[in-house]
Amino acid sequence: MLWTVIPIALLVLMIASLAVGAVPVAPFAVFRALAGKGDDLAITIVRELRLPRVALAILVGAALGSSGAALQGTLRNPLAEPYLLGVSGGAAVGAVLAFLFGITGAASVPLLAFAGAIAAVLLVLGLARAAGSARDPRTLLMAGVIIGAFANAAILILLADASPDRVRGALWWMAGSLSDASWSRVVWLAVYVALGVSLLIARGRLLDVLALGEESAAALGANVAQATQHVFLISALLAAASVAAAGLIGFVGLVVPNIVRAFGVVRHRSLIVAAALGGAVLVLLADLLARTVRAPLELPLGAITALIGVPVFLARLRRIR
Amino acid sequence: MSAAVALQFDDVTLAYMPGGTPVVRHASITAAPGKITAIVGPNGSGKSSLVRGVLGLMPERDGRILAGTTDIIRAAPRAVSRLIAVMPQRESLAFPMLVRDYVALGRAPFLGVWDAITATDNAIVQDAMRRADVIPFADRRTDELSGGEWQRVRLARTLAQDTPILLLDEPTTFLDIAHEMATFETLSREALSGRTIVLVSHTLTLVARFADHMVLMHDGRVAAAGPPRDVMQAGTLEAVYGWPLVVSHDPAVGAPTLVPLRRPR
Repeated sequence: MLWTVIPIALLVLMIASLAVGAVPVAPFAVFRALAGKGDDLAITIVRELRLPRVALAILVGAALGSSGAALQGTLRNPLAEPYLLGVSGGAAVGAVLAFLFGITGAASVPLLAFAGAIAAVLLVLGLARAAGSARDPRTLLMAGVIIGAFANAAILILLADASPDRVRGALWWMAGSLSDASWSRVVWLAVYVALGVSLLIARGRLLDVLALGEESAAALGANVAQATQHVFLISALLAAASVAAAGLIGFVGLVVPNIVRAFGVVRHRSLIVAAALGGAVLVLLADLLARTVRAPLELPLGAITALIGVPVFLARLRRIR
Repeated sequence: MSAAVALQFDDVTLAYMPGGTPVVRHASITAAPGKITAIVGPNGSGKSSLVRGVLGLMPERDGRILAGTTDIIRAAPRAVSRLIAVMPQRESLAFPMLVRDYVALGRAPFLGVWDAITATDNAIVQDAMRRADVIPFADRRTDELSGGEWQRVRLARTLAQDTPILLLDEPTTFLDIAHEMATFETLSREALSGRTIVLVSHTLTLVARFADHMVLMHDGRVAAAGPPRDVMQAGTLEAVYGWPLVVSHDPAVGAPTLVPLRRPR
């Protein structure tokens, strides 16, 4: 059922996202505009404004969904998610620094956020290694939570005497948004997502084995310490790239893999693919609502993903254990 | 399964921390093909550490652990998993799956990154499920099994690896008498087919009936080794377990039987 629902939902949402907006375009005209036919204004709106945004939503959702699925498997914890591993905290510190120092060019916020996320991830991995057990899920999780808490504290202190508009800029970024979508951003995120998701899919069976726990995974020939760190790094890179492209969009990496699993998809190769597609659906739907519900005002995307995710999550809670 | 392969611990010392207190000290144990070797001993005597040593999970180690001529401390984990199938003492799944899918993970050591499971693999999996007697619940979820069923499912996954050596840590925990006996009978048949069976166990009396070779561990060292009749001596066992006991001989089957005594009030 999942494998029919997700592609249909994805297709419908793509068309809807291209059609709905300040200037509505009829669904049929959307296809004509994509092919470069018909009204010039419609062509520009569909191809230059809405299409990159749709593409970015799909990529961000795929990155977060697949990375959450892989992390939950490796860390053997359904509550694991990419943002728990210091990625969000590190990225936020980078972005806040960019806003504080007024370096708010189109490329500089994502770049600093990405640098911050990578720094935090390496710090988490380093901490876990120093504690002597980078292969122990609990150590990695704890190191991630600690670095995240540290980053939050740093953000509060950094913002203590910032001017209101800079605070507002930082807060807005932290709530997540796809409004800065551009083809250049889509292209480099596409490269990351294609590479990262392929690497995770290639590790599908290894993830099945890692999810059995350290001893059983070792018994089935996995190099547990190395494999755990690889999956951790790939997932963190995916999350960092998505954060750099669209800010903090919570809940996708946590909720989507759990929903997919509740539909009986448990083997990781299928789980990662389904979670990537499911993540794309959730972000696409959330973005459509974020920019239409109170148009022309745009609502924070990260809040909408949570608002949609919570009821779906609750409805499936009995199947999630 | 390929040719018969012995498992040999050669002067093995293991510790949980580099430079830490060893939990296994200079242990030498040989488990021969076609035989059941039972490693027994009190809690904390180093039995499970030997298993973790085989899995390459002990950070500090000395000596050699040989599977045939392969030194498994230095070999790649994947190569080791094609020679030795290990059933760890405990395992709980974070995410439940179908019993059939779980048992099929036993084929993982033989599959490349993009390989699909083949008809041959499926036949091996099916046969492993038959031998471990889990076919009646092959299509149930792992979180819907009783403790005893889960234990047999784990045995099935180990058998699905189809390796010349089986190393099982407390394989009959949670099993009732019938399933405990059935498991030992299964292991006997596996030994008869030429596999090397090594099991870690607490059930001395039962192990003494099935094992060809017994190794008694105490404080990380081998305290006694030999045929069950030689190892099951009251004096030796009393000293190792620190509890008064009597070894009698079962009137029905003649095997040495351990009877722990009540302390006089």
